[in-house]
Amino acid sequence: MARMTFEWLFPSASERRLLGGGKLRGPTPWVIAIMSFSIMIIAASGLALANTAALLTRAIEARYSLEVPNGGADLGGLVAALKSSPGVVSVDVVSQNEMRKTLARWLGPAAKNADLPVPALINFDTGPGADIALLQKRVKAIAPEVEISAHRESVAPLLRSLHLLQWLAFGLVVLLSGAAAAAVVLAARGALDTHRFTIEVMHGVGATDLQVTHLFQRRIAVDAFVGSVAGAAAATLVLLLLTTGATFAGELTGGATLGAGDLLILLAIPFALTILATWVGRTAVLAALRETL
Amino acid sequence: MDGAWQGAQGALRQRARGGRRGKLAAVAEFDSVGLRYGTGAEVLRDLDFRLGAGAFYFLTGPSGAGKTSLLKLLYLAQRPTRGRVRLFGEELSESPREALPPFRRRIGVVFQDFRLVRHLSAFDNVALPLRVAGASEQEIEGPVREMLAWVGLADRASARPPTLSGGEQQRVAIARAVINRPELLVADEPTGNVDAEMAKRLLHLFSALNRLGTTVIVATHDVGLISATPGAQLIRLENGSLVDPTGVLKNPPEDQWRG
Repeated sequence: MARMTFEWLFPSASERRLLGGGKLRGPTPWVIAIMSFSIMIIAASGLALANTAALLTRAIEARYSLEVPNGGADLGGLVAALKSSPGVVSVDVVSQNEMRKTLARWLGPAAKNADLPVPALINFDTGPGADIALLQKRVKAIAPEVEISAHRESVAPLLRSLHLLQWLAFGLVVLLSGAAAAAVVLAARGALDTHRFTIEVMHGVGATDLQVTHLFQRRIAVDAFVGSVAGAAAATLVLLLLTTGATFAGELTGGATLGAGDLLILLAIPFALTILATWVGRTAVLAALRETL
Repeated sequence: MDGAWQGAQGALRQRARGGRRGKLAAVAEFDSVGLRYGTGAEVLRDLDFRLGAGAFYFLTGPSGAGKTSLLKLLYLAQRPTRGRVRLFGEELSESPREALPPFRRRIGVVFQDFRLVRHLSAFDNVALPLRVAGASEQEIEGPVREMLAWVGLADRASARPPTLSGGEQQRVAIARAVINRPELLVADEPTGNVDAEMAKRLLHLFSALNRLGTTVIVATHDVGLISATPGAQLIRLENGSLVDPTGVLKNPPEDQWRG
């Protein structure tokens, strides 16, 4: 059955001769290679963005900060209150040194000035059973001026941007796939025009539309496969250079990584593109043949 | 070459005997058939005739009378715009196009301009109908070589059409038309591009096929060709209409048919 279904992929020498010429003629493989390359890069970027967003979300989902404006007079009591609260899994006091180092980015050497009032900061992570409202009450009982802030609120705009970029990448992949399909339709119509006479003769001696279509379908499949694999190989090379190469690449990718599932998705792209191109080409040829008698 | 033709005739006769699909009263029946291209005037009008199985016909008429259009209806390259066309006992005027290929395989066509595929060898051109019909390469090899020998082109099997003379191309076209044991052979001005000697040979070939049971219809202006074929019937077209004052084409006497 599989042999029957994919018989068109294995034509005899005489069937190959029917359309004449060699393989990889015309711009189709090149167009598909460019599309495949672009799709791979965009898809990899989209997946890396998704991973970064997921990583960030996981990291900050349960993280909160406690800002103590008076510089830490009540620090010991606040830490003890946090540690004894249900659902708090870790408490991390940011040292004054670290705070001043952070401030030095904006204030320069003035950040080291002892007269500069530097607030204390306590980061803490919560787990199941944490009650933030209760925590708020407990810490305010010790130091009324302290505020608890959720990290997810401060990075929400960044996460929204990341999600938007993900959708943009997805949209671009769809658009490029559509463009590749359109290129295949044009190529199929061009091939039909080129071989119109042969098709007429074949129809004249009793060939069915399917017999004629199989000749074109195989050629489209071969062109699409070669083009998409070449494009994907080039994209893989570029991605490898970006992720493991020069220092700037590390900055560029922001340490984003791709998992095994992502790599499988990327590996599937050239095959998916080949299947899409073959299906679109077959449909275009069949539709064009139906316009004849 | 005659020896080769005669030798292959025996093989063809054998193939024809094995390939006949039973006796048919009429291979083709046209009933009030009209044809127009686009929105133009009718090029064929009210055609009523029957082609008897195993008969030999010449289709004549002045240029522009509609001979080629009539032949196109016969070899299913065109649908009538009105009326009914029955081929091999089946009404095909409004059949879905998917139903037509099996009928086309029962018809051989010889064109004035040969219509050979330029990038295929003579062998591949002749083998095309068999390949389309699903024959294996082993099944194809012998008959095609035999057929090429029959038309005197055994040594030109690998030549491509542009390297063949007009007469050679015509013989390749004929070999392609008859390789599939057609029940109906349609030829449109087959001698238009060949010399008198070749025309005589082609007629000899058509007659041989006809004797084996194939219904033959040849569109021609060549009076010599017609007079050299005793027993052939004449169909005359004028301005898209059939000249059939006695109605013999519409209701032919059965004894005129050899089927």
